[in-house]
Amino acid sequence: MAERELTCQELVELITSYLDDALTSEERQLLEHHLTYCHGCRAYLEQMRVTLRLVGRLSTEDIPDDLRDELLAAFHNLRKSADGA
Amino acid sequence: MNDPDNQPPRPADEMALLDALRRGDEQAFLALVTMHYAAMLRLAQMYVGSRAVAEEVIQETWIGVLQGLSRFEGRSSLKTWIFRILLNRARTRAQRENRTIPFSALTSASESDEPAVDPDAFAPPGARYPGGWLTSPAEWDTLPEERLLSRETRQHVDAALTTLPPAQREVITLRDIDGWSAHEVCDYLGISEANQRVLLHRARSRVRHALADYLQN
Repeated sequence: MAERELTCQELVELITSYLDDALTSEERQLLEHHLTYCHGCRAYLEQMRVTLRLVGRLSTEDIPDDLRDELLAAFHNLRKSADGA
Repeated sequence: MNDPDNQPPRPADEMALLDALRRGDEQAFLALVTMHYAAMLRLAQMYVGSRAVAEEVIQETWIGVLQGLSRFEGRSSLKTWIFRILLNRARTRAQRENRTIPFSALTSASESDEPAVDPDAFAPPGARYPGGWLTSPAEWDTLPEERLLSRETRQHVDAALTTLPPAQREVITLRDIDGWSAHEVCDYLGISEANQRVLLHRARSRVRHALADYLQN
């Protein structure tokens, strides 16, 4: 780890690649080394993880009943016509 | 159903799903519709604006999927194929209604440089620790869970996503809401891995920033 150290400002730009496991092993080592002593960057990484969790929660969305019913009706109609063909 | 871990289905699951749909398995169809509903609604709304029209686009999409199912040959993943149909229907609908089609990641992925965090948050060059935090970011793991999971927080996340530039919005919706892999998003949008990552990075950074404004005030 003699070469250089990452600054906090550099680290925040590598977070997405880090979470995607897309860093080179050198970059990854630099980043993880920085995290061992930098409280601020650990907090930032945690903020990013919370952000991802909260964005992920938007995947739950109720389908309106009428749309759901129409889709099911279409599903059965098309199947019937496929069987009849 | 909605997978809490947002894991994309594996190819073996996809084959089983395809078989189930072709057999007329209503539960399999409903599960698929439910799983992708939130992302489809967001993407369609980018083109057609209103939620009501977006729902019609989703309905047309699934009818297109059901009609095309027997011809689907698996050259792309089932998911990619379904979302391409959605995109076509949404664009057709936007054109018919004379709406401006948002320039999406399909046509342009580059936007001007934009740091993840305001440069003023860091010590300037010449300081003792240049590029270091001037004030440490707040600890979010001490926030009460009920605050994070509240309806109000959800609305703020939703609003932050809605204000993203179209290409960023497309990528974060597919990656973080619908659970696609980086590779799947690149394949679908026809962009490079590097481009995809820049768009995702900017999108997540902006949403984190909006959340910080809300949660820390």
